[in-house]
Amino acid sequence: MSDVNYISAFCRISSGKVNVNHSIMFTGEEGEAPAAFIKSVYKHYQLNYPKFYKMDGLCQLAFVASELLLKDNKITERYNKEEIAIVISNGSASLEIDTEHQQTISDKANYFPSPAVFVYTLPNILIGEIAIRNLIKGENTFFIFDKFDAQFTAQYINSLLNSGRAESCIAGWVEFYEGNYDAFLYTVEKTPGVIRAEHTAEQLLNIYK
Amino acid sequence: MNELIDKLKGEIIEQLNLEDVKKEDIDNDAPLFGEGLGLDSIDALELIVLLEKNYGIKVANPADGKKIFQSIRTMAQYIQDNKK
Repeated sequence: MSDVNYISAFCRISSGKVNVNHSIMFTGEEGEAPAAFIKSVYKHYQLNYPKFYKMDGLCQLAFVASELLLKDNKITERYNKEEIAIVISNGSASLEIDTEHQQTISDKANYFPSPAVFVYTLPNILIGEIAIRNLIKGENTFFIFDKFDAQFTAQYINSLLNSGRAESCIAGWVEFYEGNYDAFLYTVEKTPGVIRAEHTAEQLLNIYK
Repeated sequence: MNELIDKLKGEIIEQLNLEDVKKEDIDNDAPLFGEGLGLDSIDALELIVLLEKNYGIKVANPADGKKIFQSIRTMAQYIQDNKK
């Protein structure tokens, strides 16, 4: 088996646009707040997953991006659920919801932490949400970097696939903090898919720019 | 009691982020968990916080939760009986 792996499909959600495999599929309204925009995308595609409304912004963004990524590239139907890895990173971890949680515990006289907020105070929960939705049971890892590290990501995921620990992978970068949001999720497989780009740092940076 | 039930429905919809649910969709006697509203374990914890925050009621014995949170009506009854 060749050691070459491919970026088979991708979804990018940023700056009020949804880009799937180089096609702009949806554009938000001018000046729309991140949370409202992500909800618009969810409603536009009728994703119909009531738990969506309970998620924090970071998970909502990751969830919507993963749904649009997997809509036409159904890796969950082509691979065993144990053979699909998920490797995602970001720069701000879960700071957005951490801050919200901190505000509910900062006043001892008005101390009412919300369990529903607290459960999202870890960034890797977004991997859990994707895994639960798709019943994925493969390897999963969440990294925190200053910015999307294409070199590390490519090397790490290629190693997973080439060592037989996974047959495919949902990978990328999902950031949601202080009004900034950016989701770039892509699938890696041994076959080229629609993107037909080798899974290398150079190709990743060609797509994620 | 009806006024309390109506208020409670609004608070639950807001607290549990039940985005697509309206007050009139919630049957006073339907189970809150499993079927009915289909709430989960995290929602149960949120309801305990709601009782304490909005009504000053602490559920001291978690085992009581099953009876208290059976339906909107049982919850309202518990609030009426225990509100400080």
